[in-house]
Amino acid sequence: MPGNVQSVERAAAILRLLAEENEPLTLSQVATALGLAKGTAHGIVRTLQEVGFIEQDQVNGPYRVATEVFRLGWTRLDQNELRSKTMNWTDALAARTGESARVAAFHAGRAQVAHHVFRGDGGTQVLVTGSIVPLHASALGKVLLAFDPGAGRSVVKTQLTPFTHRTIIERVSLHRELATVRDSGWAGAVGEVEPGVAGIAAPIRDAGGYVVAAVGIEGSIDRLCDDRMRPRAGLVTHVVRVGRAISRELGHGREW
Amino acid sequence: MVNTPRYVAALDQGTTSTRCMVFDRHGRMVSIAQREHRRYFPRPGWVEHDAAEIWSIVRKILPQALSEAGLDADQIIALGVTNQRETTVVWDPRTGQPVAKAIVWQDTRTGPVLSRVGLEFDADEIRTRTGLPLHHYFSAPKLRWLLDSGPELQDRAVRGELLFGTMDSWITWNLTGGAGFDGHRGIHVTDVTNASRTMLMNLQTLDWDDDLLAVFGVPRSMLPQIHPSTDSFGLTRDPLPGIPIGALIGDQQASLMGQTAFDAGQAKCTFGTGSFLLLNTGQEIVRSRHGLITTVAHKIAGGPAVYALEGSIAVAGGLVQWCRDSLGLIRSPAEIETLAAGVPDNGGCYVVPAFSGLFAPYWNSAAQGIMVGLTSYVTKEHIARAVLEATAWQTRDVVDAMNADAGVPTLSLAVDGGMTADNLLMQMVADVLDIPVVRPMMAETVALGAGYAAGLAVGYWSDPQVLRRHWQRAGEWRPRIDPARRERELAQWRAAVSLALSWGERSGVDLS
Repeated sequence: MPGNVQSVERAAAILRLLAEENEPLTLSQVATALGLAKGTAHGIVRTLQEVGFIEQDQVNGPYRVATEVFRLGWTRLDQNELRSKTMNWTDALAARTGESARVAAFHAGRAQVAHHVFRGDGGTQVLVTGSIVPLHASALGKVLLAFDPGAGRSVVKTQLTPFTHRTIIERVSLHRELATVRDSGWAGAVGEVEPGVAGIAAPIRDAGGYVVAAVGIEGSIDRLCDDRMRPRAGLVTHVVRVGRAISRELGHGREW
Repeated sequence: MVNTPRYVAALDQGTTSTRCMVFDRHGRMVSIAQREHRRYFPRPGWVEHDAAEIWSIVRKILPQALSEAGLDADQIIALGVTNQRETTVVWDPRTGQPVAKAIVWQDTRTGPVLSRVGLEFDADEIRTRTGLPLHHYFSAPKLRWLLDSGPELQDRAVRGELLFGTMDSWITWNLTGGAGFDGHRGIHVTDVTNASRTMLMNLQTLDWDDDLLAVFGVPRSMLPQIHPSTDSFGLTRDPLPGIPIGALIGDQQASLMGQTAFDAGQAKCTFGTGSFLLLNTGQEIVRSRHGLITTVAHKIAGGPAVYALEGSIAVAGGLVQWCRDSLGLIRSPAEIETLAAGVPDNGGCYVVPAFSGLFAPYWNSAAQGIMVGLTSYVTKEHIARAVLEATAWQTRDVVDAMNADAGVPTLSLAVDGGMTADNLLMQMVADVLDIPVVRPMMAETVALGAGYAAGLAVGYWSDPQVLRRHWQRAGEWRPRIDPARRERELAQWRAAVSLALSWGERSGVDLS
């Protein structure tokens, strides 16, 4: 196992120090308190300031923890913002596959549908935006479980509900399934939420590469799967490509 | 080369951003690149753009849209240009530079021009010839104001040294060579839909009207040549050479095509910066008795002109933008829905966003925006809700006008545009109209319609009927509100509108 990164440890110590003090501290006070050379402390403090974790009222003034740090974790992508960013590509996905398209994100302890595009066959359909998708049984849910640590934590102690006889309820099998999802970059669910219905989903990443949502299609097993009940490769490609295109829209791998 | 897939591209030059989209033969988006431009508000009621900045954005996003899809320019079989309408640019063709900032369609500065013109020429006659009320929304008063704004501009225009255009003309002139690019010079053209918004084109003849040119003092030499919406507009030279330009068409007319509303009786409503309801009236020039304007829907080369009735709403998404940019109420436009969803009603608050006076069906240049019903009870969530409701109620006003003109109520409303991502707004629209609201599978129908028009021009699609097969329902909202509540709130909205009108009419107001 590689050793700890010293500058990260020191940055953590500086943050802890500043958070515990009532008054802002000068650079020399920080250096003295932690036994660091002033130059070393300065480099770390400047970096922390640049990433927005600490701040000062005036140039050369004392430092304090920025309110941004306390908001870490609640600056998740707004669900409505997510919908407006994904709309063009989910329209294209639904048009290309002939299936209904959905976007889901893990939000307030649940995986919720942020956007839904009807299947193009003209049959009666109702928007399911805002509904909850099961994390362990749906394709969208599996992507969130595999890549979103918050989603992963939320199922640690809960019973995995069997929706059909195909639902994965054994933890060991689920872990194996999620490892495959991480390796392949997409998830499938075949008759696991509802008999006869399959789904294919892929991750949506933000500018930093963090998985903020999942996008996918849902439809009858006959259309989505081959005769060995595996999601059709062509459809998987469409879903993965759209996941990448939306990620690019959110700034992943793009300069501006 | 024979089997290389070909696509159509569309440049959509809008009020807040410009986008380039590429579509395949099934009308499915393959690629998109977009960028916002700066908007200038130098005085109350003034709205300007820098046309040179907009052209520099076009130069970046066209190659970017192609490269993101891994396409070469020769895979683009045709390009369609669509644009915010009425916005007025005057430039010097020798330098290629605009002589002033472009005056945007929302701008209200031209009151004095309108008063003078109203004295010299019968407003009803203007309406008969152009389909338009004498209002600051249209290009002619803006062009008159602009030519009066600098020394010698009128003289230079008379000497043939300046060109006028709406954004379609400006972009096409630059795409085809501008002041000189690789041995080519730009072509100075527009289409019937854009020309129908200038207040200088006669709807019957589809040519510039000499009487109106005289009353606005506009020399014919500075005007672009009017073409059908689909035509052969030559090849691009800059920023990519050799792409055939197949269509120029105003954004709202483009979205009517994007919704494949090719037949008389078909309508759509687009929710963008403003909101625009268009009803196709076929080859007939229909005059509204309820405050809609008459405009050209499109003209396919070699075919007859198709007309439309239009209910124009100046401020829809623009009000949400204002909440972000000027109030700091939200960080992104989509957050207005999150905020508004925090409360079940508006808490008694109503917003009438008469930032550009009021357009259809009121056509009042003086009205100003108001926010009423404020008490200590009202929170920013209530205001966010009132902001969205303002778009829903304004839509109700123009749908009522359309129903009154048509004599039969519409049974559903086809919607599109970026704001259809706002599910709460779409539910509100269904609630206040009391009919289902339906979104097609490509919400960006403006760009799609320009792509369709360009593709039709070069035979990529054989005829408009083929395109109908691409239309699919992607979402639908049905009315859920208690009818008594709807009627109560409608009455409150109407009272708020009358306040916005009377606030604008108080004496001694001078916006400039």
